[in-house]
Amino acid sequence: MSTTTVALHMSDGLLNAPTSLLFGAVAIIGVGVALTRARSDLDDRAAPMAGLVAAFVFAAQMINFPVLPGVSGHLLGGALAAILAGPWVGALCVSIVLVVQAFLFADGGLTMLGANITNMALIGTALGYLVALAMRPIAARGRSGLMATAFVAGFVNTVAASLGFVLEYAIGGAAGYSVVTAALAMVGVHSLIGLGEGIITALTVGAVAGARPDLIHLLRRRRPLADDAAGEATMEGTS
Amino acid sequence: MSTAPRQNRRRSGFLLGFGLVALLLASGVSYFADSSPDGLEAVARQGCTVVETAQGEQLRGECIAQSTTEHALDSSPLADYTLGGNEALTGAAGAIGFAATLAVAGGLFWLLRQRGAERD
Repeated sequence: MSTTTVALHMSDGLLNAPTSLLFGAVAIIGVGVALTRARSDLDDRAAPMAGLVAAFVFAAQMINFPVLPGVSGHLLGGALAAILAGPWVGALCVSIVLVVQAFLFADGGLTMLGANITNMALIGTALGYLVALAMRPIAARGRSGLMATAFVAGFVNTVAASLGFVLEYAIGGAAGYSVVTAALAMVGVHSLIGLGEGIITALTVGAVAGARPDLIHLLRRRRPLADDAAGEATMEGTS
Repeated sequence: MSTAPRQNRRRSGFLLGFGLVALLLASGVSYFADSSPDGLEAVARQGCTVVETAQGEQLRGECIAQSTTEHALDSSPLADYTLGGNEALTGAAGAIGFAATLAVAGGLFWLLRQRGAERD
């Protein structure tokens, strides 16, 4: 029997039924809000990139890297997707990855899908993006500032997602194992995984910035849609 | 006037490259992934010892993972990122997952874009 799972994907039975249902509802509400808000971020430039961001997160999640002897971790991708495609589209990207993993690859329990989406697609993405937003003045200064922002956002994304697990286990863990011990171990291990997440997020965002900085959502100026189209036309005219 | 097509070509060139990197990660680099239990799995097993029995691995002791059950789709052909359980074909499973994610996400974002455009 293979028990391979990837970081932070809970297996069926880990949480009791009421808690699974509760976080199923949280996930439905969160994804619903993201669906309505994502629309305004999906213009002709961003929409094709957004689909590729989801596929990139799926691919990167397959690459487990060692963090301790006998313990591995991998990118969760919420902060990365939010920096590249915006927080609402980013949350949808990670949700889609988790749905594909659960239904095609038997990775992450079907009854845990709501809790897994809550942790990795909603909590991790939201906290990671808020950090990136707070650091935007640094990110706008240049590529190294952007990469530093991406690193911190990636780190916070992973630790926040692991705290989501701790919260869910505290509310309705089905096993009798101590919550405090679990919390300390989870945050400890995921701080190490978060360093990896930060490095991968920084390298990826840095590479995109080198080729197509206009595709990075975090760096876009907030302007009305009409102005944006005019601005693009001017840029194309001058290049 | 010739700048717009060039811009478009540059744009699709980047997207193609980004997609190829992702496909390469899923289908090739995935062979080098660390197979150790991940962070959550390792923590969930703390306090238990893994015992091999005739029914497969069982957890003895007290740990978070004790209440977990087999995945409902554990016998699906792509389970655990293999093709029919064959780990030598992880790269093919990865490529399928890449394509499936791209199809679902691309389809959803295209639909959202259409509906957004209708409203404008």
